Amino acid sequence: MEKKFIYCDNAATTKVSKSVLDAMLPYFTEEYGNASSIYMLGQGAAKALLRARETVAKAIGAKPHEIFFTSGGSEADNWAIKGMALNGSKSGKKHIITSVFEHHAVLHTCEFLEKQGYEVTYIPVDEKGLINPDDVKNAIREDTCLVTIMFANNEIGTIQPIKEIGEICKEKKVPFHTDAVQAVGNVEIDVKAMNIDMLSLSGHKIHAPKGVGALYIRGGISLPNLIHGGAQEKSKRAGTENLPSIVGLAQAITDAVQNIKEKQQKVSKLRDRLINGILKIQETRLNGDREKRLCGNVNISIRGVEGESLLLMLDMYGILASSGSACTSGSLDPSHVLLSIGLPHETAHGSLRLSISEETTNEDVDYILDTIPKVVDRLRSMSPLWERICKNEGITGTI
Amino acid sequence: MIYSEKVMDHFTNPRNVGEIADADGVGEVGNAKCGDIMKMYIKVDGGVISDVKFKTFGCGAAIATSSMATELIKGKTIDEALKLTNRAVVEALEGLPPAKLHCSVLAEQAMKSAIADYYKKQGIDPTPIIGDLGDCDDCQGCQ
Repeated sequence: MEKKFIYCDNAATTKVSKSVLDAMLPYFTEEYGNASSIYMLGQGAAKALLRARETVAKAIGAKPHEIFFTSGGSEADNWAIKGMALNGSKSGKKHIITSVFEHHAVLHTCEFLEKQGYEVTYIPVDEKGLINPDDVKNAIREDTCLVTIMFANNEIGTIQPIKEIGEICKEKKVPFHTDAVQAVGNVEIDVKAMNIDMLSLSGHKIHAPKGVGALYIRGGISLPNLIHGGAQEKSKRAGTENLPSIVGLAQAITDAVQNIKEKQQKVSKLRDRLINGILKIQETRLNGDREKRLCGNVNISIRGVEGESLLLMLDMYGILASSGSACTSGSLDPSHVLLSIGLPHETAHGSLRLSISEETTNEDVDYILDTIPKVVDRLRSMSPLWERICKNEGITGTI
Repeated sequence: MIYSEKVMDHFTNPRNVGEIADADGVGEVGNAKCGDIMKMYIKVDGGVISDVKFKTFGCGAAIATSSMATELIKGKTIDEALKLTNRAVVEALEGLPPAKLHCSVLAEQAMKSAIADYYKKQGIDPTPIIGDLGDCDDCQGCQ
């Protein structure tokens, strides 16, 4: 039998699509000019940059002058948070509000600022992985300089009440940033209607290459530079523009937004088949709300099984996935996201994330649903933890 | 993180998986909170480990180190088995990523814990022979 290759880790990164690659190619060897140069070649580059900026702006309901290209989501997050922190300190505002289950690009930036004398409130999430907007409202103080809450969680895929939080921040006159790296292209976004002041996005999650992203900064907000140097990006972000990738990002976001409804419908059907199918295995649970969830995200805990061994075995069957186990996080603790929704350590170690895309087929889902029980059976049959669970709880069999 | 071919071989085709119903010694180390539990069963005939089986809940390296440890002690005398160190398990596996070295320690402890249990069943205090196995709670991993 031909070796399968089913990529189910699109929340980690995606394949560059053909349309994106085609759009990019001329900017390597033909239109390779520096957008700051005065001759025709440079002007061609400057025009391409302008078009890309318009495209990205349109996709999220922003104005072109509000889009600043960055090296990716982490830079955009760092810029927004450190910049607003610096702004706040000028008027004695040194309080930041975020959530416990943000991406590390946000969490570690906030932890860094705590060491610099800032105070950070970490809003908890409920057992379904959702933030209560009232908790944000109640946490806002006179000295709050920023609220930063992710649009959709990267591990459990839950979509947060961003519009409600945006309204609260607007009313309280506190700047609101959202890390929308997982949401762009999967959820319809209108920064104006949602009262978002700053939004981070990344190319490689939506079939553009790695190393490109953008920060939307609402007009009127003055954000100090993170990267100083040349006059690129209206002197707000130095460094010669990564034009091929920026053009790729613009193409990717166009493709993603164009077919968003169709994609949501198609992919969420496959997602639900996967969820329902895997949950047929005994002692499994879905992590994250079932409805308020990214169309491609499946995150299930399988008791008695450890995540890394599960991933290695699935890889042998040609299924590429991810887990929140400590062994895959590179630390000794399992994922902070899974712990934040109240999972005990042992259940968090046995989590499986499948993030599918519009390229995933029904046949792929059949194959995954056929394979996972086999792998779980094999691992549980050699797991002393499963043996103990069975003994203590009167469970029999493995799947 | 990259695993050696040997690790992948022992993960894919683990040797000596299972249980021994009438084992002469059973040892279990690790805990679910840390994500690793190893259980080892030994059968002893005339001072020789005639059979050994294991069950492991854990990552690829945990399964591979358990498997390799059982291979290394099968057919050996208890004295020989007690000389097995975690380094020997790592070398036999052609190396482990640094973050996974604790799995080899766990494998050594599981084996020693099974031998300790064997001694206890014989009415012999294992501590002077094997030494202190250490407590899982002493490991800073979970702190």
